[in-house]
Amino acid sequence: MAAKAEHTGAPSAPPRPPRVGLFVTCLVDFVRPSVGFAGVKLLEDAGCSVEVPKAQTCCGQPAFNSGDRQDTKLIAQQVIRAFRDVDYVVVPSGSCGGMIATHYTELFEDDPDLARDAEDLASRTYELLQFLVDVMGVDAVDANFEGKVTYHDACAGLRELGLKGQARTLLSSVAGLELAELADTEVCCGFGGTFCVKYPEISNQMVDGKAQSVEATGADTLLAGELGCLMNIAGKLQRRGSAVHVRHVAEVLADMTHATPPIGEAAGESPPELEAAAAGKEA
Amino acid sequence: MQPTSHAFKENAAKALDNQQLQRALGNMKQGFIVKRQKAVDRLPEFDQLRDHAKEVKDHALEHLDFYLEQFEDRVNSQGGQVHWAPTAEDARQHVLEICQRRGAGTVTKGKSMVAEELGLNEFLESHEIVPVETDLGEYIIQLRGEPPSHIIAPAVHLNRDQVEADFRKHHLQFPPERALSEARQLVNEARTVLRQRYLDADIGITGANFLIAETGATVIVTNEGNGDLTQCLPRVHVVIASLEKIVPTLEDATTIMRVLARSATGQEQTVYTTFSAGPKRAGDLDGPDEFHVILLDNGRSAMLGSEFQDMLRCIRCGACMNHCPVYHAVGGHAYGWTYPGPMGAVLTPSLIGVNEAGHLPNASTFCGRCQSVCPMHIPLPKMMRHWREREYERHLQPLPARTGLKLWAALARRPGLYQLATRLQAKAMHLVGKRKGRFGWLPLAGGWTRHRDFPAPEGKTFQQLWAERQRDRDAAPAKDQPAE
Amino acid sequence: MSVQNSQRARVLGAVRRSLKRGPLTGERLNAVQRRTANPPRGPVPARGQLGREETVKLFQQMAEEAAATTQRLDTMAEVPQAVLSYLQGRNEAAQARLAPHPELTELDWHDTAPLLQVDQGAGEEQTGVGVSRGFAGVAETGTLLLYSRETSPTTLNFLPATHVVVVRAAEVLGVYEDVWDRLRERLGRRSDGADGAWSDNWPRTVNLITGPSRTADIEQTLQLGAHGPMNLHVLVVGAADADFGGDERG
Repeated sequence: MAAKAEHTGAPSAPPRPPRVGLFVTCLVDFVRPSVGFAGVKLLEDAGCSVEVPKAQTCCGQPAFNSGDRQDTKLIAQQVIRAFRDVDYVVVPSGSCGGMIATHYTELFEDDPDLARDAEDLASRTYELLQFLVDVMGVDAVDANFEGKVTYHDACAGLRELGLKGQARTLLSSVAGLELAELADTEVCCGFGGTFCVKYPEISNQMVDGKAQSVEATGADTLLAGELGCLMNIAGKLQRRGSAVHVRHVAEVLADMTHATPPIGEAAGESPPELEAAAAGKEA
Repeated sequence: MQPTSHAFKENAAKALDNQQLQRALGNMKQGFIVKRQKAVDRLPEFDQLRDHAKEVKDHALEHLDFYLEQFEDRVNSQGGQVHWAPTAEDARQHVLEICQRRGAGTVTKGKSMVAEELGLNEFLESHEIVPVETDLGEYIIQLRGEPPSHIIAPAVHLNRDQVEADFRKHHLQFPPERALSEARQLVNEARTVLRQRYLDADIGITGANFLIAETGATVIVTNEGNGDLTQCLPRVHVVIASLEKIVPTLEDATTIMRVLARSATGQEQTVYTTFSAGPKRAGDLDGPDEFHVILLDNGRSAMLGSEFQDMLRCIRCGACMNHCPVYHAVGGHAYGWTYPGPMGAVLTPSLIGVNEAGHLPNASTFCGRCQSVCPMHIPLPKMMRHWREREYERHLQPLPARTGLKLWAALARRPGLYQLATRLQAKAMHLVGKRKGRFGWLPLAGGWTRHRDFPAPEGKTFQQLWAERQRDRDAAPAKDQPAE
Repeated sequence: MSVQNSQRARVLGAVRRSLKRGPLTGERLNAVQRRTANPPRGPVPARGQLGREETVKLFQQMAEEAAATTQRLDTMAEVPQAVLSYLQGRNEAAQARLAPHPELTELDWHDTAPLLQVDQGAGEEQTGVGVSRGFAGVAETGTLLLYSRETSPTTLNFLPATHVVVVRAAEVLGVYEDVWDRLRERLGRRSDGADGAWSDNWPRTVNLITGPSRTADIEQTLQLGAHGPMNLHVLVVGAADADFGGDERG
């Protein structure tokens, strides 16, 4: 508890070992827990003690962005309570991280006590890569990934949290990895939470454009730090019959790509171009 | 103009299927963005100027009554006249009254989004007055009977060959075999046609980018020179401007000018920035005999003091739509009224009602790029969210979406139940989807799976696996701690 | 109450209701009036704060970037020949209409540029070339300032296909704020101006002009000469460090 007050405001020297509460996010919890475990590994490798409060579900974005302020507030209070005791809250998603770090405080403008709690939580909340690089001072990881990757700067992380260099710093330390920058890396992929189902045709046009630029890089894997966007882009690439694989950046940084197939692919499914490459070698 | 914002979805679907439009949108996507960035990079003070521009406009809005009265006083003392218009209809009547008193047959117009908002052309035509748009883009869309699709580039949805076809259809005074396929030829032809119109017009109507309280001047910022010919040749100059265009001083206007052109077209400065105050002075060799300013409220005063006040800082540069992926996908007409893109998504519901325009603030991914380039620091996504809140409060959203959200929120507030439910569903979906690793179709998710696959969950939820890991560790205390 | 007055009252009333106050009074009113009387400058681009000669050079550079052409001359007497050469160089008819500004009309056009036909007056439909006397130049963006008066008809700035503007190098200032100060000095403030408003000498029109007319309305391709001049030629006369004449004779 004593640590809490010390970490309000600007990041100070982390306590040893810092107690990190992982905010898993609802998508990671449900669709791709591997991302959560990749995050845990990266955090533990950086010397953190990781906890996963049980009383967490979602950050409240679906309600917040649908105009349901009342439910958002209740969910936010639940998150505030669940993460009261940890030194830091770390989130493997820029949009959920941004929700907690930038929007919770807006919710309680008329309630000073809750506003203070939200402020306190916000000051301890970081996106995963942001935390590793900016707070823990990590500048390299022990990982291996053979191939050419490209990177999508998901919107909320980019514009609400100012994420940009962290992923590049860490990826540059991955053995065997080559990064080919995506032409419109800062352009939205068309996911937008409920947007993609409320306006599916517009969303489709956007993600189609994104898929085309991913293909144009010649990369064999697309990475990003936002599972929603990754599911959207992966789903489009697969529908287009593209050979590009899609993964959360944490899986690569944690060297855990062998543990799970790329997003939307079956375990043991061999990617067409690997088959082709293998065939080529044998010929 | 009759809004079609309620039909945003249908408008968008048509736009996505329109190959000509998609080609035109493809042309505009990069140009504006690259040019703006270059201009911004070249001016180290740009962000400081943005901050100051916001302060200036906030100050003006907080003292709007004072500056409006000061402006009016200055216009009067220079021989001009101010007409206050609480509603669009009041404004139209003011224009009509001036036109009828002067017996006007032809009216030339500089580009004015406020005039579009008033549906002024249709209105004048219905009173047998011929309005002639003189901005090239506006002229083209007037020939086509279309509204503008962009606030600074009204014909951005069109391609050259379409313009050529329109000119051939309407400019019958020229030989049909003339060459007209190049932009240069089209511009020259429009120049020739419109030149005569300026000289013939009885009244010139312009909008205003700023009203300067200190001098009583109205300011237009243009590149073509049409606005100037529109206002210096006819005997009467009428300015139509909405209340929030006011700034206190020349210095204040200068700050905003410095961010306006750079944000809009990436120019250092537009070609013509023209300050007009009152009719021609004794000794002047040219200029109008009458000068009128119509000050339009039409919903602005109600935005003041509300959660939408920040929107009144908007200087109509168009940077938000130039950077908007939704605008890039569907173009401006889909938004169904005068103001498209992110600024329109906030402003349109304020001006014509959220019942009509409720789709617009919803049709955003909240990617935030609009806010990041807005020279006036308008929190556009936040204000779109405010509209969604109002819609939610008034139960304006479709019932299934609302019910679904309510159920989900109820579950999200009960972690134990939530985790049980997600565990069961993740397992079920994993079993069905694991062979392929993804779904090509999912019940209740047609919006998603019509266009893309959905990944199969890995099988167990993170919470489930984490609990297992904790159990294992408790069982084997030696391995309890991570390395170190 | 007339309709006009009642509409005025409705708008101002609605504004004040939203601002949750009545008309400004007391110290708040004084503060706003003081602000107008002493207009605060915003951030001023460092780009425009240079030595005199550098300022003029920047002005020329920025104007040329905006597709104007510029030429330095030592004295006003060289203007007629410079106008003639410019037109001849472009194969344009040697005919120009001068703004009736004494610094232009008193030049010896007949003897120094005998091939050039000049007359004076406002711009007209058939005016091909207009020659104006600018009040100032703004270096930060290569912009000219002209304002309407007997000696500077506005139509001359917009109707001709070619516009030539004569400005003294000493009148080229760094930034807009400098030019506003000069204009205020020139026109004077309103004598009863407790609220800091301008003198009644404020002209009908002030034109800031940066390069020739253009449009990008067709497929975003830039075309010069949309409705206004296709060519803008600026003659910058004399030494940069001379006194700001303020074009006092016009």
